[in-house]
Amino acid sequence: MASLGGFLGVNLLMFMRFFFPRALFEPKTTFTVGYPSDFAYGVDTRFQQNARIWVVRNSEGLFAIYARCTHLGCTPDWKAAENKFKCPCHGSGYTNEGVNFEGPAPRPMDRALINLNPSGQVVIDTSRLFVQDPFRGVNQFGDEGAILRGA
Amino acid sequence: MADEQKEQPGQQSPKESDGLLDRIKEEVEPLKGKLRQDLKGLQQPQKTQLYKSIFRVKHEETPRSRALGILSNVFLHLHPARINRDAVRYNYTWGMGGITFYLFVVLTFTGALLMFYYHPTKVQAFRDILYMEHDVPFGKLLRNMHRWAAHLMIITVWLHMFRVYLTGSYKKPREFNWCVGVILLVMTMLLSFTGYLLPDDQLGFWAVTVGTNMARASPMLGHEGPLGPEMGMTPFNDVRFALLGGSIVDSNALLRAYIWHCVAIPIIASAFMIVHFWRVRKDGGISGPSPMVLEKEVRWDRLDESTVKGRG
Repeated sequence: MASLGGFLGVNLLMFMRFFFPRALFEPKTTFTVGYPSDFAYGVDTRFQQNARIWVVRNSEGLFAIYARCTHLGCTPDWKAAENKFKCPCHGSGYTNEGVNFEGPAPRPMDRALINLNPSGQVVIDTSRLFVQDPFRGVNQFGDEGAILRGA
Repeated sequence: MADEQKEQPGQQSPKESDGLLDRIKEEVEPLKGKLRQDLKGLQQPQKTQLYKSIFRVKHEETPRSRALGILSNVFLHLHPARINRDAVRYNYTWGMGGITFYLFVVLTFTGALLMFYYHPTKVQAFRDILYMEHDVPFGKLLRNMHRWAAHLMIITVWLHMFRVYLTGSYKKPREFNWCVGVILLVMTMLLSFTGYLLPDDQLGFWAVTVGTNMARASPMLGHEGPLGPEMGMTPFNDVRFALLGGSIVDSNALLRAYIWHCVAIPIIASAFMIVHFWRVRKDGGISGPSPMVLEKEVRWDRLDESTVKGRG
């Protein structure tokens, strides 16, 4: 009985493990977007389609917003005329710095790791995200790598 | 046929052919008997061995024989031999369970036909939809039948549950069947959800993005849910990953949705449906008001006083 149970149990574990492959073929999460001088003040949407980020420059510096609504994960649209991001799924609205101000989104959109490589180009990594969540009292937007100051 | 073959070779001598004629007569004699039997069978088909091998019960005009005729036939036995007269009142059940099952049959049939033209890959899926709509004869009709039957099935399964609740049909002895019904409701919703992604259009893509993002917040099993990170959950090993086959809604997610939609969930749902229908019968048929018996139908001679009192 125990051996039968063990056999079936191991089979179940194998069955479940089957659904988690060892290798994946997903888009690269690290990429270069050009030199800091390529980016003027405001929102740059050139990399939304391929890399799911917006590169934004404000008075503090250059940072990359990960283009994923913090409500349920759709990609918001940049509405230049209204100077805001608007999510088409449930209507969350964000300022031009990705901070939520309307709709169901619970927190600002995450920011991706941003750095300069040795040749001076901007490198962005969306596998490392910086979170600001007022409900949990977390704010990583000032952390090392969340923003390129003075670049 | 047999005698024709024997006459064909023409090189036999006349003497032998006399013997041949006799032999033919001998062989034809039993065939005549068989022919007579066949004619008799045509006049009374119910008496033939062929008929009896298919319908295994004599059709006599007795209640027992009629009941046996239904019970011993795989298709007829799906319905009870006798039912409570109140159970045929359509306004008691609205026929919602039956209509739900009918829609499931329609969906299985139209779905199987749609599979002839659909490839569950990122390159082809949406093109196949357009191809089906514009170039496949009756493809648009078929796709719309599948779509509308799916919408209707969701509606009727909820109305069925609503009816069962309002008539108190979840109560003893039907508690178990209520639970089976809840599982079937969930299966119906999952069929609807997994079918959503298959056209691979904007609507389905974002609907599944939203739907699977909810799985991020699953307690312990999602990487953004309570105790999720403590359990070692990341975007690459949590329950959302298992649904999508990746960390994003991509080709693996389409393929997984397809397999769940077309193979796994229909089989699981069918198994539960078998149990569900079987239990409806075993629990005393479609639930209704307590059975009504007309006074003229009561067999007073078979009842003693205490039984009559007990019945109120």
